[in-house]
Amino acid sequence: MSKILYLPASMEDFFLEVDALSRFTGRFFKTFLKPPFEFSEIIKQCFMIGYKSLGLVTVTGFIMGLVLTIQSRPTLARFGAEAWLPGMVAVSLIREIGPVITALICAGKVGSGIGAELASMKVTEQIDAMEVSGTNPFKYLVVTRVLAAMFMIPILVIFADGIGLCGSFIGVNIMDQVGLRLYFSKAIESLDFVDVFPAFIKTFFFGFAIGIISCYKGYTTTKGTEGVGLAANSAVVLCSLCIFIIDMIAVQLASFFMN
Amino acid sequence: MSAEVEHIDNQNAPAPAPATNEIVVEMEHLSKSFGTNHVLKDINLKINKGENLVVLGKSGSGKSVLIKCLVRLLDADSGKLIVLGKDMPSLKGEELNEMRTKIGFLFQSAALYDSMSVRENLEFPLRMMKGQTPEEKTKLVTKALKSVGLEKAIDLMPAELSGGMRKRVGLARTMILQPDIMLYDEPTTGLDPITSKEISKLILQVQKENQTTSIIITHDIECAKITANRILVLKEGKFIAEGTFKELEKSEDEWVRSFFE
Ligand SMILES: Nc1ncnc2c1ncn2[C@@H]1O[C@H](COP(=O)(O)OP(=O)(O)OP(=O)(O)O)[C@@H](O)[C@H]1O
Ligand SMILES: [Mg+2]
Repeated sequence: MSKILYLPASMEDFFLEVDALSRFTGRFFKTFLKPPFEFSEIIKQCFMIGYKSLGLVTVTGFIMGLVLTIQSRPTLARFGAEAWLPGMVAVSLIREIGPVITALICAGKVGSGIGAELASMKVTEQIDAMEVSGTNPFKYLVVTRVLAAMFMIPILVIFADGIGLCGSFIGVNIMDQVGLRLYFSKAIESLDFVDVFPAFIKTFFFGFAIGIISCYKGYTTTKGTEGVGLAANSAVVLCSLCIFIIDMIAVQLASFFMN
Repeated sequence: MSAEVEHIDNQNAPAPAPATNEIVVEMEHLSKSFGTNHVLKDINLKINKGENLVVLGKSGSGKSVLIKCLVRLLDADSGKLIVLGKDMPSLKGEELNEMRTKIGFLFQSAALYDSMSVRENLEFPLRMMKGQTPEEKTKLVTKALKSVGLEKAIDLMPAELSGGMRKRVGLARTMILQPDIMLYDEPTTGLDPITSKEISKLILQVQKENQTTSIIITHDIECAKITANRILVLKEGKFIAEGTFKELEKSEDEWVRSFFE
């Protein structure tokens, strides 16, 4: 059997990992409601996660909208339905592509950052130092990062959706002449509560998954400096995988409850 | 087990351990293993208030593990551990955090927070003290940095410091809360002889000023000579010799004596 790099080598390892991750998540829920709250640290982490990913999300969001429009046009043109282009792109962007692609980008950027940072703090005994100075490092490091990821990923997704629609507007105008107002009224008209609401809710789960998994990978690393790279790498792999799994579940649930 | 210090041979002699019999740290039959690696086997230890205890031992003999067990960074497998009158293993959450603010821990690797400047590093332990104005904090930070001779480094990041400077910043960060118990893990390793001596004197000064009880782990025999009220030698998970510097220097045991050559 061929091993997939950085995924648990055997079933046993896999279940041990799931067990450890759920304990870690349990610890998060036990800790995060207890005062003192590290507000200033949460704000700082929001800044790190949000501001630092903004450039990347802008570029990918724009390209997403543009490419999706250009690629969809020939199919719609075959049915003479080019007028539906803004609506169709808006629906696919906001329901699916915007949240998933943005979350994946953030899994790469934020997940590897948190994984590596916490892992290096762990192996150089900085987390131990925090603990002996009477500060709960789990609260100070993990809870703040998970909450920050949960707040910021949805905001980044909304932002990426907006930029994506702008990209799509330009994509439409390469071949056609559609005014900005007409374009956006068409795009927004096609959107339903059923499109927007579940898509928005699932981004919180994406944010939570990115935060908790990368913190788990970093916080529990053991193998010295080698573990730092490993933690960053496996954080990204596991975050990306979880984003797809959450997306799948979210789509099933949404279609179950919304129809 | 109070140490009688009679080897006052220069001005650096440690303050005689106070005659109080207040026991600050007590360990009985403490043991700790990692899998099949039995690091600590049967540790018995009593430290009086205000005493400087030096622990000697070969690399890998479990000295760092010993003091990590003391602050519960590692949990001992069995045995009794009483610190400042409290049964350590039974402390939880806030109680444990409060106890830890009374114990200063200098890590072997200094363990400075990489993402924070020197100032922020030193301010970090002060978070636990409520109701301090920023001015008071700055005052404490400058005072602590001054005592390790690094007041100029206040706005540098840890990555910009040399190894010895990191160690001294770590020391300043440990001392800033003026804890009742100080645990020094190799405070002078990697420092030049002059700075080493200064650090050793600083340890003495802290002891005298604040009645601090200290455990000092060191390979630096000069440092042991200056700071120790009492020395314990750790071998294969047990203390095999105990005494003042003078006594152990002339020990019957060749292995113990070899530390002092
Ligand atoms: N977290 C850990 N997990 C597994 N084994 C450990 C751990 N920490 C220490 N050990 C083992 O415990 C033993 C003692 O380690 P320790 O760090 O206490 O040595 P030391 O006496 O401080 O040595 P040095 O003078 O080199 O610092 C070593 O054999 C080490 O392999
Ligand atoms: Mg050590």
